[in-house]
Amino acid sequence: MGMEGIGARVTRKEDKRFITGRGRYTDDMTVPGMAHAGFVRSPHAHAKIKSIDTTAASAKPGVIKILTGAELAADGIGNLICGWMIHSKDGSPMNMGAYPALAQEVVRHVGQPVVVVVAETAAQARDAADAVAIEWEELPAVVDVTKAIADGAPQLHPEATNNLIYDWEIGEGAAVDSAIAGAAHVTKLDITNNRLIPNAIEPRAALGVYDPAEEHYTLWTTSQNPHVARLVMSAFYNVAPEHKLRVIAPDVGGGFGSKIYIYPEEIVCLWASKRSGVPVKWVADRSESFMSDAHGRDHVTHAELAFDADNRMVGLKVDTIANFGAYMSLFSSAVPTYLYATLLSGQYVIPAIHCNVRAVYTNTVPVDAYRGAGRPEATYVLERLVETAARELGVSPAELRRKNFITEFPYQTPVIMAYDAGGYEASLDAAMKAADYQGFAARRADAEKRGKRRGIGMSCYIEACGIAPSQAVGSLGAGVGLWESAEVRVNPVGTIEVLTGSHSHGQSHETTFAQLVSDRLGIPVDNVSVVHGDTDKVQFGMGTYGSRSGAVGMSAIAKALDKVETKVRTIAAHLLEASESDVEIADGEVRIAGTDKKLGWHEVCLAAYTAHNLPADLEPGLKEGAFYDPTNFTFPAGCYICEVEVDPDTGKTEIVQFVAADDFGRLINPMVVEGQVHGGVAQGVGQALLEGCVYDQENGQLVSATYNDYSMPRAGDLPSFDVSTTETLCPGNPLGMKGCGEAGAIGSPPAVINAITDALGNNDLTMPATPQKVWQLAQSAAG
Amino acid sequence: MANVTITVNGKSESREVEDRTLLVHFLRDHLGLTGTHVGCDTSQCGACVVHMDGIAVKSCTVLAAAADGAQVVTIEGLADGDELHPMQAAFRENHGLQCGFCTPGMIMTAVDMVQRHGGNLDEKTVRHELEGNYCRCTGYHNIVKAILDASGKMGSAQQAAE
Repeated sequence: MGMEGIGARVTRKEDKRFITGRGRYTDDMTVPGMAHAGFVRSPHAHAKIKSIDTTAASAKPGVIKILTGAELAADGIGNLICGWMIHSKDGSPMNMGAYPALAQEVVRHVGQPVVVVVAETAAQARDAADAVAIEWEELPAVVDVTKAIADGAPQLHPEATNNLIYDWEIGEGAAVDSAIAGAAHVTKLDITNNRLIPNAIEPRAALGVYDPAEEHYTLWTTSQNPHVARLVMSAFYNVAPEHKLRVIAPDVGGGFGSKIYIYPEEIVCLWASKRSGVPVKWVADRSESFMSDAHGRDHVTHAELAFDADNRMVGLKVDTIANFGAYMSLFSSAVPTYLYATLLSGQYVIPAIHCNVRAVYTNTVPVDAYRGAGRPEATYVLERLVETAARELGVSPAELRRKNFITEFPYQTPVIMAYDAGGYEASLDAAMKAADYQGFAARRADAEKRGKRRGIGMSCYIEACGIAPSQAVGSLGAGVGLWESAEVRVNPVGTIEVLTGSHSHGQSHETTFAQLVSDRLGIPVDNVSVVHGDTDKVQFGMGTYGSRSGAVGMSAIAKALDKVETKVRTIAAHLLEASESDVEIADGEVRIAGTDKKLGWHEVCLAAYTAHNLPADLEPGLKEGAFYDPTNFTFPAGCYICEVEVDPDTGKTEIVQFVAADDFGRLINPMVVEGQVHGGVAQGVGQALLEGCVYDQENGQLVSATYNDYSMPRAGDLPSFDVSTTETLCPGNPLGMKGCGEAGAIGSPPAVINAITDALGNNDLTMPATPQKVWQLAQSAAG
Repeated sequence: MANVTITVNGKSESREVEDRTLLVHFLRDHLGLTGTHVGCDTSQCGACVVHMDGIAVKSCTVLAAAADGAQVVTIEGLADGDELHPMQAAFRENHGLQCGFCTPGMIMTAVDMVQRHGGNLDEKTVRHELEGNYCRCTGYHNIVKAILDASGKMGSAQQAAE
């Protein structure tokens, strides 16, 4: 490891602009003649649009254009798509209702865009939007999944009878039933995974610019995957031809999944720019974010875990209903299927697993991937079951887990996944040591003297990152390949630009990707620039989600670096009259092993561009690209331990320690990895203790639609975290990396709830474990 | 419309603005100082914190007209030329930022916090004082660390100056 290479705690190259206020986010962009969009949104959860009158709004100051769904349809702008086909167990394709960018005839959730007003200022656009008169015919609404699939429920889409999108299964049902029938013990739980609202601190924004002279479109947008946005907007939404559309995702202020999707507002800004003749900018206010960003989670599950007389797991049966909201978002269908049910084996040998999933429409905001996406839901089901089973069986939760760990790799689970490497005992041991697990009894006794209930909870999670390979995901229904691209441009003076298809919205790529280059070529990270987020600059790439930028994105860079190195060896061997196999690249030099012959790195680079003395048939220049398609998912895993003190008089839960021991394979920059875990754990603790999207069950109004109503973790709600790593290298990619972006959010919720239920001696607790719920439980436990 | 003159980062700026113009929009839209961010519409997130007459304020909750005649410092005015303010440096050294969107407000809040508490900050106080600032990326762990780090350095610098 060099000072700046793989494994070094390099401070971030991108920081200077952010700490000095020079970051460039979408809302910071202005172009001449720019106008602003204001959206008229549905105030109803379910209603027919009887009429739209824009007369009064048109007369408002500054108004340039008002557009409705009728014009959108007339211009042939396509409906939003879902990019992953799931078939029900009877073989029928998923039942997908139409999802127009501006509602036509019917609205199906509060906040759905119906009309766009383009005006000279943002304030004028909002004022005029308020003056649009829409006559509604309210329809009955349903927000609860169990009610939505019941007879007589309001029907959202004619395509989906009983609001059922699909009824899917995985695994061998008969084998599981037989295992449960013959089991010595069966632990059963009803589990709700609460709906979350992602809440990246930068609200979504878009700036669409149409150039009539070139018939060319530019879109600045808050996207995690600008090329995917361009592809979808051209191929499916007919907004612009792909070669006439430039999508730029500049600095993006957090995503967590919510900025993967191509939303109605982005489509409308581009289209409205052409229709109105002016550039159109829209920036969500926070309430718009709450009611238009894709939400996350929202599962209702019944699960049963069976054990033999020796406490070994013999079968797992899971039945889940997933709330999809009013429309199918871009990757929604994959979340409760291939990102959820395939992870239900966790870290354990479970010979038989069966999971049934019903996906259901309701009159709520569409639900899609949010940090972890399916894997937190799977981990919550399994780790709540295991902890509960340990209590029922009267054995140590740690030892019950240890007894059932997978210890030999590769390991084929009954639910598709083939784990390639792992060391689950190592992370369990590391976490137990860091948490002083053995000393808990004494700490609990001490807490009791102070009138507090102390509890400890554990979670041993597994997840799957870098969804791949493309052929495999294609066979499972994905509409895209999930490879990544990179180009390494070596300049004549030896400095380097890396063009990556990954996208950073906080993940530190400008630093970590440069560290890889530094490690391989022996040049300082300051001599490496990372370019991303602009379809005019960067080759097609798939973007950043699913913790894929390291394992997939950096592997593509490594592959391109292989080609650069090969060419450098060829040139250096030629110039120094040596064998290519003797060429060494290190420390800013290109040397011939065992001799004093050498050239500066920059000299070889310059030679490639002067082309005065290159081997015959070798092309001038030094620029190489690569597309990397992984051979398998990667499987990060770890053990989290949460220790809480509950005040039975107030119901307040204090997390007194939180320990994370993760195995992410090889780390490029431990400082960055720790930061990712901190943030993930904070979101997981938020889900467990604070966050919960609330809809009015009768009228479908979003009750938790501001920061006053939706409780996100603040600094005072959280402790400092004890974060460490163990390491088994991933054999599936050249760098041995697994991915660290989501683990914290995946592993932490069950650890927190296991701790609180341990403290209270009562397992009947749902997330978020608010003081009210905890207090009620504490009172009943005391009684 | 209102004529407003505000000294921003040491420079007097006069503009005619709509009465309803907020200080944050005066800074962003009229002066092009886009380092100050808007993350919510209920004064909860703190991405818009600036210093007005030496005190941290949420610039989304101050009318530009109410800041007439005030001295305002934004994130762009915090460094001394190329030399970062100790709080800016501490955020970088401690990885106190990821996406960077909340960062300007965090840093301006943190500077105000240290100025009020001197070198007498501990973790619990810092966490309590951050109640007006949301971060969704860092889990606050490294923000708290950065503020404590800078607090120590700023405290020693203050003592040295005295």
